[in-house]
Amino acid sequence: MGKAGGIYHAAALNDFFKEVSYLALFTGRFFREVLPPPYELRQFIRQSYLIAFRSFPLVGITGFIMGLVLTIQTQPILTQFGAEAWLPAMVSLSLIREIGPVITALICAGEVSSSMGAELGSMKVTEQIDAMQVSGTNPFKYLVVTRVLAATLMVPLLVIIGDAVGLCGSFVGVNLNGNISLHLFFSKAMGTLNFSDLLPAFVKTFFFGFAIGLVGCFKGYYSSKGTEGVGKAANSAVVIASLLVFIIDMIAVQITSLFFSQA
Amino acid sequence: MDSHQTPIVVEAEHLRKSFGDNHVLKDINLRLAKGENLAILGQSGTGKSVLIKCMVGLLFPDAGRLLVLGKDVADLDDRGLDEMRMKVGFLFQSGALYDSMTVRENLEFPIRRQMRSKSSAEISALVEESLENVGLSEAIDVMPVELSGGMRKRLGLARTLILKPEIMLYDEPTTGLDPITSRGISSLILEVQEKYNTTSIIVTHDLECTRIVANRVVMLEKGICVAEGTYEDLRQSNDPWVRSFFE
Ligand SMILES: Nc1ncnc2c1ncn2[C@@H]1O[C@H](COP(=O)(O)OP(=O)(O)OP(=O)(O)O)[C@@H](O)[C@H]1O
Ligand SMILES: [Mg+2]
Repeated sequence: MGKAGGIYHAAALNDFFKEVSYLALFTGRFFREVLPPPYELRQFIRQSYLIAFRSFPLVGITGFIMGLVLTIQTQPILTQFGAEAWLPAMVSLSLIREIGPVITALICAGEVSSSMGAELGSMKVTEQIDAMQVSGTNPFKYLVVTRVLAATLMVPLLVIIGDAVGLCGSFVGVNLNGNISLHLFFSKAMGTLNFSDLLPAFVKTFFFGFAIGLVGCFKGYYSSKGTEGVGKAANSAVVIASLLVFIIDMIAVQITSLFFSQA
Repeated sequence: MDSHQTPIVVEAEHLRKSFGDNHVLKDINLRLAKGENLAILGQSGTGKSVLIKCMVGLLFPDAGRLLVLGKDVADLDDRGLDEMRMKVGFLFQSGALYDSMTVRENLEFPIRRQMRSKSSAEISALVEESLENVGLSEAIDVMPVELSGGMRKRLGLARTLILKPEIMLYDEPTTGLDPITSRGISSLILEVQEKYNTTSIIVTHDLECTRIVANRVVMLEKGICVAEGTYEDLRQSNDPWVRSFFE
């Protein structure tokens, strides 16, 4: 039994490295194909629209609730220390630096990666990708490059929206137990933010978007035959994309503290 | 034989293709003259689809030579493959319709991609004409999921024929259709041959269709060509296995 288990683990490890190397090859192919023409502009715009449109409601609602809950939970603690005036600043800092980007990216991993995995997977299974190839269209450019680029640009946009809605939620939270004008709230919330808070938080969202689009397309494009294969593609796309979001976040924190810690 | 005068457009020599341990094509030899309709018969799983997929560069042979329009498919780069594919039409066994696009967009897709100089009016006229050819005019603004199996098949056919390719590869064009529609498709295949002097390979199980369209028939069994001849030749063959196919 021990031996069989060992073989099993070895096979799983082997699969893991295979998967990673295929993903690396896929990424390499993306960078090779992204620059040379022709450009599928219409597809890119369509995909961007779909991503933004599909994820917007959930990002909005989650952002609002996050802002609200964060405020309500932080308020008593700050009141204890007599630092209630710092509430907007503290909420906006944690929202914009960490919670907003990560939560939004996770939502997009769920919505965008899975739908890309399922869509490309079923196109693969029903030979639509082959049909494109035969029609003289490079399916990688038409399907993958447009989707990855769209995700790379739209996820940051969704993060900005999520952050903004989150601050509105926080404003409502503050006003539940007190009274503060919208103007005062936002000047307090934004006043303490500086460049070294905003820039890294914003830059990492592009990497989130890239990873989300890339993994969704990768899983779909190489999905195995059959309906089960499509389901698996969608499911594993979400799992891997979510994991990558955390890994990128961790790396981003390390790099940020390296560059901005002196400040 | 007049095949000395007419040029050969597809030629396969000792073609082999395996997927792992599954040796699908073992030794395929084929020659196809311009303007000819060749039917390929064979049991399910003998590699008929694999063979014609090799001819458009969707799969690549492991060994042997495969010349399409005078060029070896294995030597072509992406650009060469695209140029070759413009002249070769492929009807997928499953139809392979783009299910996120309407019927009209499905038909427009290959034209917009390959004939960029065409105006919208010309494209629209082409689309309507080709839908009429397969009797689907009323379904022009419908999504493919709303079509019946037979209608999907005919739409796939229309989408392939719209570019008027020099070589047509039909993967089971009549499977799953009623006899009347089947006959309609068969006569369409003949019409395409006569009108545009198209060379065709028709992979099929449908004997009626074979009888109507094929100038020549090749039978595949376990990855090799076991018999070749006209429909009548094979029907009266001495080989009991070949004959059993026609009963
Ligand atoms: N992409 C692929 N990867 C692995 N194996 C494949 C692939 N395509 C086909 N095969 C295998 O090749 C063999 C022949 O398949 P093919 O689709 O050519 O059969 P066919 O003669 O067209 O049968 P049918 O009449 O049922 O369509 C099958 O055993 C199939 O499993
Ligand atoms: Mg087949």
